[in-house]
Amino acid sequence: MFEDLRDLYQEVIFDHNRNPRNFRVMDNADRKVDGFNPLCGDRLTLFLKMDGDKIVDACFQGSGCAISTASVSLMTEIIKDKTEAEADALFKLFHEMTTGKEEHINLEAVGKLAVLAGVREYPARVKCATLAWHTLDAALKNETQAISTE
Amino acid sequence: MTTFPVAKIRVDFPILAEKIRGKDLVYLDNAASCQKPNAVIDAISNVYRHEYANIHRGVHTLSVRATDKFEAAREKVQRFINAASSKEIIFVRGATEAVNLIAQTYGRANIKAGDEIVITAMEHHSNIVPWQMLCEQTGAVLKVAPMNTQGELIYDAFEALLNDKTKLVAVVHMSNALGTINPVKKMIDAAHAKGIPVMLDGAQAIPHMAVDVQALDCDFYVFSGHKLYGPSGIGVLYGKQALLEAMPPYQGGGDMIKTVTFEKSQYAGLPHKFEAGTPSIADVIGLGAAIDYLHDIGMEAIAAYEAELLDYATEKASQIKGLRIIGEAAEKGAILSFVLDRIHPHDIGTMLDSLGIAIRAGHHCAMPVMDFYGVPATARASFAMYNTKEEIDVLMAGITNLIEVFG
Repeated sequence: MFEDLRDLYQEVIFDHNRNPRNFRVMDNADRKVDGFNPLCGDRLTLFLKMDGDKIVDACFQGSGCAISTASVSLMTEIIKDKTEAEADALFKLFHEMTTGKEEHINLEAVGKLAVLAGVREYPARVKCATLAWHTLDAALKNETQAISTE
Repeated sequence: MTTFPVAKIRVDFPILAEKIRGKDLVYLDNAASCQKPNAVIDAISNVYRHEYANIHRGVHTLSVRATDKFEAAREKVQRFINAASSKEIIFVRGATEAVNLIAQTYGRANIKAGDEIVITAMEHHSNIVPWQMLCEQTGAVLKVAPMNTQGELIYDAFEALLNDKTKLVAVVHMSNALGTINPVKKMIDAAHAKGIPVMLDGAQAIPHMAVDVQALDCDFYVFSGHKLYGPSGIGVLYGKQALLEAMPPYQGGGDMIKTVTFEKSQYAGLPHKFEAGTPSIADVIGLGAAIDYLHDIGMEAIAAYEAELLDYATEKASQIKGLRIIGEAAEKGAILSFVLDRIHPHDIGTMLDSLGIAIRAGHHCAMPVMDFYGVPATARASFAMYNTKEEIDVLMAGITNLIEVFG
């Protein structure tokens, strides 16, 4: 019945929505930032454990739609053991993939994040996918204030 | 079974023949905005083709023609809500502007520090924020009458809020997020017994029921044209003549004055005092056409048909496991707000869209209502007179299937 949506709602997305990875609180987090999408009410808190400039652990709490939950779940997996510079490069690639010009997309470089490329066809849902990454961007800049997509 | 001419009505709305993602459009976002019949589309087009000029100032034929049409629309609105005089009908951009106008004119002139304004827990942001702004400006206090879990006003708690300090009651006639229809007549009588004027936000109520402002005895009634099958960008502020006459103007400019010198200007009489600048002429005339169209069908017939649609949708929705209806007031308009276990309303909205079904997913500009129910958002199907039971079947099949897909 939902054939048209296969690009947007891939099985990986459903899987991460049903069983989000790294869905927990981190008591001794070095970075903690809240992200909020006032348009749809998605809320998340991102926790990072750092060792120098390296992210050694990442986890989150919150509630949101399948796209935003899968996006933050995948993100916490992929940024683990990355340096701040590497994580920032991923943020830029992800941003380009979801909002940029098609010819600039590098699906290979984003690895398994590519399952979220489908949102670019659904402008109303792009912010669901990017909320996690904007929250990470704030954490990397060592900001503590909550970020909002609006 | 009703004999409501829904098939005939559907033909009058050209957009209903659109295909969305290859599917027949099922438009169930009417509480956000309604679609327009040919009568309205043609009326607007006709203005620009044959009748357009600025109003109230030209001696030339076109200006006279446009002015006559414009003022005729005012009289149509007057009759539609049974106002005592067409001077009581002020054209504004929409219900939001009307509430702001009342807050910044009537409110600034009559409400002072320590005074109280009473609203309800189910207001749209447009009937919260203008009063918060007024409270910040004046030091007045906003009081919120609570509701129960069915989404009904707790009437006794409302009445208990009315006291010597209460200077205005501003309440929603029908809730956009829940569908609740408030007992406004009883509320108005209770407020008037204490000498308190009442404003009704009729943005949702007006397309679904016959509204008689004299029978209600409300002091102000506001609504938008676009929810009444009319154009967007036009709305109505009704106010009792004596109140409007005593109020200072809202915006200054052309058309709202009698005379202007650099020392002093004399304001025009009603309704022009509140209509500075060139108004949305074609849209006012379009709103008049929408009212004519609705008059021919009859608001009572529309209300009865929509009640059938809501009953049908509620019964079907209740059979879906994992679906929870938000807003179950005994007195309710044709709105079905709901949430599904473990499926976010935005996912519901996107999935239904792929089937050609337009619903609203979000907080419906009523964040306090979402907080009350402990949900970030709801999915909302809102019905209009052109919707059918077959469309409700399509919606319910879509919901049942997406629950399966999400597992």
